[in-house]
This record gives sequence, C-alpha cells and structure tokens, in this order.
Amino acid sequence: MKAFAQLYAELDATTSSNAKLAAMQHYFAQAAPEDAAWAVYFLSGGRPRQLVPVRILRELAVAVSGLSPWLFEESYQAVGDMAETISLVLPEAVHSSDDGLAVWIEKKLLPLRGESPEVLAEQLPKLWSQLDRSSLMLCIKLITGSFRVGVSKLLVTRALASMAHLDSKRVAQRLVGYTDLSNRPSAASYLKLIAPESTDEHAQRGGQPYPFFLAHALSQPVEQFEALLGPASQWQVEWKWDGIRAQVVKREGRLWIWSRGEELVTERFPELDSLVHGLPDGTVIDGEIVAWKAATADTEDAFDPQAPTSPSVQPFALLQQRIGRKTLGKKILDEVPVVVLAYDLLEWAGEDWRNQPQAARRAQLDQVIADCNNPVLLSSPVLTGDDWFDLARQREASRSLGVEGMMLKARDALYGVGRTKDMGVWWKWKVDPYSVDAVLIYAQRGHGRRASLYSDYTFAVWDGPAEASERTLVPFAKAYSGLTDEEMRQVDSIVRKTTVEKFGPVSSVKPSLVFELGFEGIALSKRHKSGIAVRFPRMLRWRRDKSVDEADNLATLQDLLG
Amino acid sequence: MDLVIARPEGLYCPAGEFYIDPWRPVERSVITHAHGDHARTGNEHYLAAAPGEGILRARLGQDINLQTLAYGERLLHHGVTLSFHPAGHVLGSAQVRLEYGGEVWVASGDYKIEPDGTCAPFEPVRCHTFITESTFGLPIYRWQPQAQVFAEINQWWQANAAEDKTSVLFCYSFGKAQRILHGIDASLGPILTHGAVEPLNRVYRESGVYIPPTLYAGDIKKSDPIMRKALVIAPPSAGGSTWMRRFGDYSDGFASGWMRLRGTRRRRGVDRGFVLSDHADWPGLLWAIEQTGAQRVMVTHGSVAVLVRHLREQGLDAQGFSTEYGDDEEELNATETGTASAEVLP
Repeated sequence: MKAFAQLYAELDATTSSNAKLAAMQHYFAQAAPEDAAWAVYFLSGGRPRQLVPVRILRELAVAVSGLSPWLFEESYQAVGDMAETISLVLPEAVHSSDDGLAVWIEKKLLPLRGESPEVLAEQLPKLWSQLDRSSLMLCIKLITGSFRVGVSKLLVTRALASMAHLDSKRVAQRLVGYTDLSNRPSAASYLKLIAPESTDEHAQRGGQPYPFFLAHALSQPVEQFEALLGPASQWQVEWKWDGIRAQVVKREGRLWIWSRGEELVTERFPELDSLVHGLPDGTVIDGEIVAWKAATADTEDAFDPQAPTSPSVQPFALLQQRIGRKTLGKKILDEVPVVVLAYDLLEWAGEDWRNQPQAARRAQLDQVIADCNNPVLLSSPVLTGDDWFDLARQREASRSLGVEGMMLKARDALYGVGRTKDMGVWWKWKVDPYSVDAVLIYAQRGHGRRASLYSDYTFAVWDGPAEASERTLVPFAKAYSGLTDEEMRQVDSIVRKTTVEKFGPVSSVKPSLVFELGFEGIALSKRHKSGIAVRFPRMLRWRRDKSVDEADNLATLQDLLG
Repeated sequence: MDLVIARPEGLYCPAGEFYIDPWRPVERSVITHAHGDHARTGNEHYLAAAPGEGILRARLGQDINLQTLAYGERLLHHGVTLSFHPAGHVLGSAQVRLEYGGEVWVASGDYKIEPDGTCAPFEPVRCHTFITESTFGLPIYRWQPQAQVFAEINQWWQANAAEDKTSVLFCYSFGKAQRILHGIDASLGPILTHGAVEPLNRVYRESGVYIPPTLYAGDIKKSDPIMRKALVIAPPSAGGSTWMRRFGDYSDGFASGWMRLRGTRRRRGVDRGFVLSDHADWPGLLWAIEQTGAQRVMVTHGSVAVLVRHLREQGLDAQGFSTEYGDDEEELNATETGTASAEVLP
C-alpha cells in the first residue's frame, strides 16, 4: 500500500510524461505481481463500485477527528476532495501496515461492501490508524472509487511494454477489457499482461475487441489543408457522428459490443442482437452507434444499406436518455431505435486487418455490410469532393444533418492504437461550436487542482430583449473549462469581492462578468428552468468588452434550436 | 470602552490616539513587523520593537521617524501603557500589549508558535482581549516539526545534486528564506540566492542570526559546475521569468504553508511542495489563544468566520475585525502570489 501511495504521490507531483513513465517502471519492477495487478487496474481507469457510502465516511471522520460537522464541511470546501480532507483532519498515524495493495484491496477493503454502519464504524478507524497520511488518502480514494491520477492508459501500456520488452500494441491488446467490472485483477492476469509473445495469442481472445484508434483535432483553416494534408483525393472523408463509438465483435457464434471506454455494452442494445446471424465468425467492425430516425417518408432511402444518401441521425440527447435507463422498455426502444454506422473493419475471416490500408479495409467492409443485409448495420457514407474547398462547403451542412463535422482518414493509413500517429492519422474536422454571450451569476469552488478557487460557474441569459422594461437572468448552463489559470485567478478574486449570498458552497454574485460560451449541441429540456439544455458547454472567451446588458437572451438560444 | 477599534485607516487605539499597522498614512503608527501589508510608508511617526529596526529602515527608508523599544520595555503614552512581546513570525516581529484603566489588550500581528532560531520565539501574554490573525484557521492546517521539513529539503537537494540538477527553492524573501537558510544542512553544497533575498540575509547577519555563506546567483555562469550542485533560494515571482533560464535543467520546489493542500501544490506546478509556514497552524492558533487567558477574541485576516464560530462554540466572546492585512505573500493563497510585487527591496 505504501509503495503504491508513493507511486501516486510521484505521478501526482509531476506533469512530465517521462517522469511518470519512469515512476511507473520503477514501481512495476519492484511490486509483487498481485499488487501490480491491482496497480495496473487502477492506473488504467478501473474503478470498483463504491465500497462505503460517502455519508458514512464523513460521519466517521467527524467522529474520529472530534471536529464539529460544520467545521469538517468548511475544511472540505477548502480542500475540494473528500479523501484528502479526511486524511488531513484525522490524527496523524505512524505507518504500521506492511500489507501490499492486493491484501488491502482483497482482504481489507472489498469485504467492507454492504457492511452495516455499526460494523463500518468499528472497522474503518482501525484500518485508518495503520496508514500514514498519503496512504490514508489513497485508501479512502480506493474506497470511494474516486481514484484518479494524471496518466493515460497509453502511458501505462508503454511502462509495462518497456519493462517486459514487448511491443506496446501487444500490451494494449492484452489490456483491453482489463478494467471491466467482470474482471478481477490477480497475479495470473498481471503475468499474462507481461508474458512473452505466444503464437496462439490471437486464439485466446474470445470476445476481446481491439484497442480503438483515436482521432486528432484539426483546427487549421481550410486554406492550409492542401499544404498540410496533400490533395483531398488521398483522403477518405466521412461525417463525424454524434453517437457512441463501438466495436462489434463476432466470434465463436457470439456477438459482443464494446464501447470506447472498453465497457461491454451488448445488453444495452438488444436490437443489434440480430447481427449475430448476419456476420460471419471472425469479424470485427468499428463504427458509431447512433439513435436513428424512426420510419418517415424517406426511410427507404435512409435504410438502403448500400448508400444512405442523407444522414437521419437523432440528437445525442435522445441516445443519452436511453443510456441512462436501467431497464429498456418497449416504449424507449420504439422511440429511440439505434443502428450501427460502420466505418472500419478490423478483423475479417479471423484475420487481423489492421495492417491493411484504410481504402482496402473500407472496400471489404462495404462488402461485409452488403452480405449482412441487416437494416441495423449501415455503412457510414464516404463523402467525395473536388477539393478541400468543396468539402468545406459540404461541411457547412453538418449542423442541419445532426453531425459534428467530418472525419479525414488517409487512404493508405493503417489502423493505429489509441492516439498514436505512427501508423497513419485520423483527423476530426469539427464545425465551430455554437456560441452565445452569457452572464456569470453563480460560482462554486472547484476540486483537485482548483480546490479553494472559484472555478465552476453557472451562466445565464436574459429572458427578454434589451428593450424590455423588466427582464431577468435565467440560468441555462454550467461551465468550468476554457479559462487560463491567470484568468481564473482574476475571476476568483472578482467573485470573492462581488458575492451577494451564499447557499452552501455556491455563491451568487452581482452580475458583472460576460463570457462567450461555446457548446456542441442544444435541445429542449424540461429539467432546466430555461427550457434548454446544451451539450459540452465551456468558456471560449472572456468578453471584457461587453457589459451585462449586452449579453444574449433566450431568443438567441431558441433560434439555435432551429 | 474598547481599547482598539477598526477604522478605515487601520486598527485604532482611541485612548492613545495611535494606529496599529495602519494601511493608510496616519500621524502615529505602531508596527508589529516589517512585512509590506503591516508596515507601510507615509506615517509621520513609527514605533516598533528594536530587533526590527534594520529591516524596517531597509524597507521603508533609512530616514523614517522611528522610535524603538526592547521586548518587554514599557512606554506610557496618553495614559496607555504600551510594550512589545515576541511574536516568533520574522526578525523583529512583535505582539503589542496595551494597558489602560486596568484593561489589557494584545494585538498579535502575525505569529508562529514553533521557535526557529532566526527571531525571538513567541511568548504568550496574558490579557483580557486578544486580537489574533487567522491565516491558517482551518483544522486541515497542521504543521510537521520543522526539522522534518528541513530534512526533506536536504534530501531533495542531495538527490538533485547527485543527478547534476540545480535545486531551485521558491519562498518568501523576508523571513522564510532566512529560516530555511538557517535550518538546512549547508554542507551539502553551494547556496545561491536571488537579488531580492540577499539584502535581507545581510540584515539578519548583522543582527547576529546565523545565515550560512551564500553566493549571488547573478555572479555564477550557467556553465559553472557548481551550478549543478547548488541550492538556489528565490522569491516566487522569479518562477517562470527569464531569470530562471540560467539554471538549465533544474528541479523546483516551493516552501509555504499552502503546500499542505494537493490542489495548491499542483496549481503551483513545481516538482516539490514543502509545507513550511511562518504562521501558526490550527492547533497553534488555539493554543496561543488559550494561553492568553483572554475571554474576548478579535479575529483578523484569514479564516475569520470559521475561527470566530469555533471560538464561540468554546464559550469565548469572539468577533471578526475587518482589516486590509493579508496582502503579504504568504497570507495570500499561494495561487495569487504570482501578482504580488512587494518583493524587491529599494
């Protein structure tokens, strides 16, 4: 436990990838396999469900520290992290436990799940008193499932690969599904990750997907495309869909569907079950699951698996409602049916096709889709244009088509791993976000790196035009990203000086700050006072040049709804 | 009658007609210590504890109209008996004790409980009413013994030197810098200082405080091999400036009480945060308040509301005093110090 806490502290203290890599290599070289197994699990994003309710942790911390509940709450507001707060207010203990991470997780922490408050009140303080402060903070983060540290899965992969002298793509392959809830890390599973290459590696895979190849953002002006990318004819161009990136795996007579988070989501999409019949064994397809427009006049066209000429995708907000459901009733399945828009073929006839050029994979994919002949599996259309300017013109239709822009894939590129660029590149050429000028009306202190800083804001627009005799500000979005550290410090200081009232951690401020807010999507919402919900809101710019009166009003938002 | 009240110019003693650490120019000022937010220019008369004279003159001007008293020495002014008592914060820092008509008030200024060898240690003074600071007035702030922090700094410096990396330690140039220089193991390698730190070292040395030999960083060439083994003491404002270029590959650290929190540590963006403060931590504040025996406590700059509420729960008559202190670098949350400029001496 102490060694892992030490690793956490080192990873947390640096922003350098090389330093993080070195720290992980050092840890893995020393750790027992059963401990390393859990370390890999947590570092690559695995999170067991919460073991103890935060409410109980809070009550116990208050009891053990002897603080008044309000004083604990004030402390939490200043720290911005529950695990850290608890570790800071409990009496400092001498580290007395030699048990490794695996023993702590398997023998001491996992058994706490479902225990009665009385048992927890008896057990937890005993566990806490064995740990020094940094181990204690880590322990509580593991209990609450809030363990996060700034390493990417790719970096973990690289650390393991270099230690085991393996190709990092091979390690990435083996890591797929490692953090799935159904998998319990063990010494054996860790040793498998770092074992030498075996010849039957492919056969061992079962329902395993391939690591997803991820795109990079392209934000240069179109005038530079020719120089940057070469002629448009060398690129495969597709719409960028607003759905769930997924791999459809068909092997051994079974079908598995994996989301980009490497979560097995087969059961979330029962209408895709029928693909088990249409796809031959040894097929893996990469594509996007989208909510598809229910039967309308142009259905025939849209459902033509060969060439859907116009996308009939529904807003992501609808898909999201479906994802949120615990049980999928007939009603929601009827209202929000999904299809797979396929755009890549990773495995065909049991062969790994990732080293085939993009164009060849695409040609074979279209053949697979045609043979499958199932309306839930469509080909994401390939777009053609005379040149980049022509494509840029076509891209202007993105909003009305319900897509986020275009994807550009080099026709001769191979299918890489994660956000790598050595095998070829995928670019996402997104349309500019929607934007409105909004007024900051509430602020809340942030977490983690922004603890104690007022960094989370609620924004409002006017409910009437400037001429209106009486109008008020209606909140419609929360945002906390897009400002530089320096700007955030300035906003923080203004918030402190202009606070009108405090409701718990939230401060209402005298409206004085206007920001240009960007967002990706907009939809009607009954849950919001403004009647509108926006997707991925963030601050694009601080409009110091605008007064509060010049901010936009609800009519602007309603116009964007189209 | 209250011996001290809050006025727009600062904390004011009506009976004695003088101000304590005023933030606007006044006729008579009593100064607790020489940090920029407590000692400002423009007052006609200054009264301070004798050990602080050198720094006060260095910061406010050699020609200020300054009268000093030794710690414990009493002065009677308009019927108010005034004396200074060590606050343990920085060289020359003092609490101000006022006695009038049988009532005793003590204004703490800034204070620290743990003795550090660079200034007279904090002495609790019995009083009826205690005016306390509250910079670190939350239970999350609890300091390790400083020996442990110095050992961490030594270790970090040694490890860097072994890799031929310069160790750049950011800290406030008045007080913290000298405390660190006094506390670390100077035998580990050469020590370089920034131009804002060196003049203060001189004042400390002249006052008889041991500060190990230091070199002015500006005199050392980038190619000089001692650079790679050196510990550099610099003010936070030097971070990110062109001044840093001379160090090539370096590791940086920051010494402040705010480094206790992971969030502020990360915001600072330094390799290491060392938790070292010249202010009292939460247990220190409560201990100091208890030691005074005061039934009434006035809380200034920091976590005023929290400390007031806590003291009231303990049965004390506590209230907040609104002041304009807290612009000194350590009292600002570490995130905001980038803009503080009161670093360079005249």
